[in-house]
Amino acid sequence: MRVGAGPAAVDVVGFGFRYSGRPEWAVRDMDVRIEPGERILLTGASGSGKSTLLTAMAGLLGPDSGDARGAVRVDGRTAVQARDRIGILFQDPESQLVMSQAGDDVAFGLENRGVPAGEIWPRVRAALDAVGFGYPLDRSTHALSGGEKQRLVLAGAMVAEPGLLLLDEPTSQLDPDGAELVRAAVARILADRGTTLVLIDHEASPWLPLIDRVLEVQFGTTQAGVLELAPRWRPTVPVLPPRPSAQSRSNGTQGPLLPIGSTQGVLHSNGEDPLLRAAGAGYSYRADTAARPALALTDVELTAGQVTAITGPNGSGKSTLGLLLAGLKAPTVGRIVASPKLAGRLGDRPPHRWRARDLVHRIGTVFQNPEHQFLTGRVRDELSLGPLRAGAGDRAAHDRAEELLQRLGLHAYADANPFTLSGGQQRRLSVATSLATRPSVLVLDEPTFGQDPVTWAELVGLLAEARDAGTAVCLISHDARLVDGFADQELRLTSGVDHRQTAGFTGPGAAETPRSSDDQLGRNPTK
Amino acid sequence: MTTAGTVTGTPPAVWLGRINPVAQIVAILAITVTALATIDLLTPAVLVAAELALLPAAGLFQPRALLAKTWPLLLSAAGVAWVNLLFSASGGWDWTGSAALALRVIAVALPGVLFVASTDPVRVADALTVHWKVSTRFAYGALAAIRLAPLLVLEWQAIRLARRARGVDAGRNPIAAIRLFGGAAFALLVAAIRRGSRLALAMDARGFDATAGSTERTNARGSVLRSRDHLYVAGAVLLCATTTAASVATGLWHPVFSS
Repeated sequence: MRVGAGPAAVDVVGFGFRYSGRPEWAVRDMDVRIEPGERILLTGASGSGKSTLLTAMAGLLGPDSGDARGAVRVDGRTAVQARDRIGILFQDPESQLVMSQAGDDVAFGLENRGVPAGEIWPRVRAALDAVGFGYPLDRSTHALSGGEKQRLVLAGAMVAEPGLLLLDEPTSQLDPDGAELVRAAVARILADRGTTLVLIDHEASPWLPLIDRVLEVQFGTTQAGVLELAPRWRPTVPVLPPRPSAQSRSNGTQGPLLPIGSTQGVLHSNGEDPLLRAAGAGYSYRADTAARPALALTDVELTAGQVTAITGPNGSGKSTLGLLLAGLKAPTVGRIVASPKLAGRLGDRPPHRWRARDLVHRIGTVFQNPEHQFLTGRVRDELSLGPLRAGAGDRAAHDRAEELLQRLGLHAYADANPFTLSGGQQRRLSVATSLATRPSVLVLDEPTFGQDPVTWAELVGLLAEARDAGTAVCLISHDARLVDGFADQELRLTSGVDHRQTAGFTGPGAAETPRSSDDQLGRNPTK
Repeated sequence: MTTAGTVTGTPPAVWLGRINPVAQIVAILAITVTALATIDLLTPAVLVAAELALLPAAGLFQPRALLAKTWPLLLSAAGVAWVNLLFSASGGWDWTGSAALALRVIAVALPGVLFVASTDPVRVADALTVHWKVSTRFAYGALAAIRLAPLLVLEWQAIRLARRARGVDAGRNPIAAIRLFGGAAFALLVAAIRRGSRLALAMDARGFDATAGSTERTNARGSVLRSRDHLYVAGAVLLCATTTAASVATGLWHPVFSS
């Protein structure tokens, strides 16, 4: 069934595309020639249509998807006809795996192409070797990390020996270790075989050693097309917002670099009492008490005007800690304590027992997926919802929404449905909806995940404003640039906590158990 | 967040899981027809006894695990018996008839529990497409959808928590609770459709839609009917036949459509 071998050439000739039901073109006037074996990085602003162009190269924009102009050819055939020569990798590994076992998943593409059963397994093994997948064929796909899953998806694309490999932000949903796994696998493949490569990734720098040419997709009212960038091109690094009073901040009494559990290690970053703190808080799922806890005993203090970063590998309980601090889950051991200043009339009641309308203007939360937290059909209503729930009047809520619309540059979309916004716009909106109630504490789960440099800078700007207004900001993040440049303190959680150390968690008096020394207080980047 | 991750995980290599899924389905059909044909007590009692004997073969040893998988079934069986007891036409307490109905519910449903507990969905899809020429697009599409189920459980939890984070809860107002549930369900539907269409695109990119055209899809794992599969079906049919014969012979057999 193999139609030719070796790297493929790509010709894009006057290509334009309009998705069905949309009035405007997603891309137009695209012209580019990619030689066999070339490795191309596609850049371009959010909404420039680079993803559409890549999908067209994959032959996945058939006549039923919309109207096309011009042509995209792979080795002289239309991309749709040449599909058996093309492999593509998308962002989210979860939405690409089909089977419950690793080997079956890689075999899937060969079965579809009618490869005889006897030939399939040797090719599956070869593809798994080629990407450096180190598990047996019957490994459950649920038991893999994000990076390993993405490696498996890559093997599933490579097993058909494509002449053209397309990567559509393959690392944007992965933690740094997972992203490195995927880049290493791609490098390995390219060293083995001369596949033509076209790549989109916001995190462009680490890919550059593999790349021959950088093309920028442009799409504006005046110009559209593909622009060749200079050979020495480097991605722009977004600039962090300046700190307003760096001097006064850095002379605060930062705790020494001690394990956070010891009394000196408790963070009193600027001499103020914390608004919210976790005191030996941990979390275990009731179903598996035998397994290690989802979050080991943890102490952390969130102080007004300070940015706290919670980092650590997948599975260390970062998101769980975020949910505890946000008052959305009750810790199974230890406590979350709100200061009298934060709790006010709610007294000693723990945050997870507060009514939602009391919670929303004290602790704001931004979830990883913005779409989970949209509740209305209009951007404007989305912004006024929180203030209304918190008891602000119609007038005040409306004014607050207007103010945020201006600040976000979303005024043109005030009446649009939040679900129709671009990914970057959705992310900004979700942060703004949490800021709308002016919470004293803001907890954000991976706020910069998969964002382009422009959105990244805007988000950090919003957070800096909140911080300067006295909000205690808590970031759960893998983003080293954000953590290093923006956080005042870092709490690094560790997975693989030694079971013996944590065995006493569920017993009586667990709150007095010596705290896990696995949770280390990191450095102070503002020093 | 791993509690929901076992829907399509590798099943334990249990004896029943080695019976070809199509053979299991035929056996289930035979049992179902037999149990539904009559409303006496003997037939479902024998069938349930046989099904219980197969529990260890499906890897269901522990009473707790068994209860976790069957409590809705037991509850509905008890409900059927209870209703029949209250409304039985004869006026008196019809204990036998109620027990028969409850056992009938269990006899029909328990094979399904055994099947799901013992058999890998991938093998089911393989068997259905190989032996019964079920559409591959349907079978493997459904398989991919099953794989997404645990992810939707996690999404549902996030959606519920996000509502609270936005300041929306129902308090003690049941109408608000229903509206809140409806809104969250809609959000989950949107998320499921998005994820589903992304998955469909990724599957098409790996040639899944090519099966509609000239290429015949192959199957790497295959699905073979062995003698044990034939024996299993024969055993099930034999059990059904003897049970019905015994029931008829003892005069207990009571066809469902007679009055």
